[in-house]
Amino acid sequence: MAINKDSNGYTFIFAIALVVVVGAGLAAISIGLKPFQDKNVEIKKKMDILAAINAKEINGSDTLDISRKNAEKLYEKHILVDECVVIGSDGKERDLEAFDVDIKKQYRDKNLSWCDRDYPLYVAEVDGAKKYIIPVVGSGLWGPIWGYIAVDDDKETIYGATFDHKTETPGLGAEIKQEFYYTQYVGEKISGGIKSVKDGTGKEVGNGKVDGITGGTITSKGVEEMVNRTLEVYVKYFKG
Amino acid sequence: MSEKVKAPKEPLFSKKNKRLVVEPLDDNNPVTIQVLGICSALAITVSIEQALVMTGSVLFVLGAGNMIISMLRNLIPSRIRIIVQLVVVASLVIIVNEVLKAFMPDVAEKLSVFVGLIITNCIIMGRFEAFAMANKPWPSLLDAIGNTVGYGVILVLVSVFREIFGSGKFFGMTLFGDRIEGTGAYSVGYMDNNFIILAPFALFAVGIIIWIQRARNTKLIEEH
Repeated sequence: MAINKDSNGYTFIFAIALVVVVGAGLAAISIGLKPFQDKNVEIKKKMDILAAINAKEINGSDTLDISRKNAEKLYEKHILVDECVVIGSDGKERDLEAFDVDIKKQYRDKNLSWCDRDYPLYVAEVDGAKKYIIPVVGSGLWGPIWGYIAVDDDKETIYGATFDHKTETPGLGAEIKQEFYYTQYVGEKISGGIKSVKDGTGKEVGNGKVDGITGGTITSKGVEEMVNRTLEVYVKYFKG
Repeated sequence: MSEKVKAPKEPLFSKKNKRLVVEPLDDNNPVTIQVLGICSALAITVSIEQALVMTGSVLFVLGAGNMIISMLRNLIPSRIRIIVQLVVVASLVIIVNEVLKAFMPDVAEKLSVFVGLIITNCIIMGRFEAFAMANKPWPSLLDAIGNTVGYGVILVLVSVFREIFGSGKFFGMTLFGDRIEGTGAYSVGYMDNNFIILAPFALFAVGIIIWIQRARNTKLIEEH
């Protein structure tokens, strides 16, 4: 062949052509798959919300846990979409759709102070009684942590909670995901704040304390900070 | 143009081509003989399902990559060939990641970091550089299949052992009863070995496999 493959010109042209082709191809694939990925993210969010009220699918005599398959159906059954609201830090309602608010993104945005953030509130119905689901987001030791807290219809007692994390240490901070940790929140009152303690008194229900995780102090404190900071706004709203 | 006499066309599954597939399974296994791809063998062999998904992803990346590199082998300027190989692996990995996220979100969540790590799987760059740069697409594909299967066999062997004795499960089904409620074997004092779940154990497991393999096949033992 006449082309000198070792020449600078050829090398440059090859590199440029490669980058253009690969770039265009990847962009096309990314755009093409975006709708499917968004759908999955949305379902995941619905699963997390439902986990706070511990929703189960009852199919004859079987009770099935929440999964990607039944999340949409359960969400429709339990969540009263028309009653969900978004409030501001002043406790006033804002004209936004609760499900569309991305509180993780707002939390990351350093230019947005905590009082300018939107606070969505989901309203659910379980066995005829209303539950209020509050999303929370904060910082653990290594990265973001988040969760959902469901409050009973007295707007005071915690009915259920669920937490998740991105990169906490497995076996230590990552344990906030485990049942033994988040079920401690059930029965606590939201207006007095909830403390993370080390003396084992967190097992008692209703004393405003939960046991932190041994070896996961910073994550436990992160959960404490996240829960109390967020609940304050909702307490203000619930009191009207 | 060329004055070379064309060699008679090789049959698709000639002896040489078959050897490309069979050799990496045992005599030239990428994990136990070449000791490549160990990082991922440590990380994802906790459950069988993850090992299989990883093998599938590597099969796609290595198969497609080997063919692409092989087709381009006469065009790639040798001075930037490593970069070109890297671009090919990286884009294939991005495709795998995007497809998993769109259609298998649960698996994507579990594998999140490791899919990206395919790029650093030495087997892939190793095969590109050592084989695909010098061979036609078809043998390259066979070479990719052979090496991935050789890699996958080791992954599955290690993960079967780790899942059964580390978490008491096989393909996600519990084998010995409920650990938390203490039923089945757990009621008579059986315990899962937590060490088996940790990454260092995979290294022991791979070491034991290497030992068994060389004891059985003495021609693999290097002389010193």
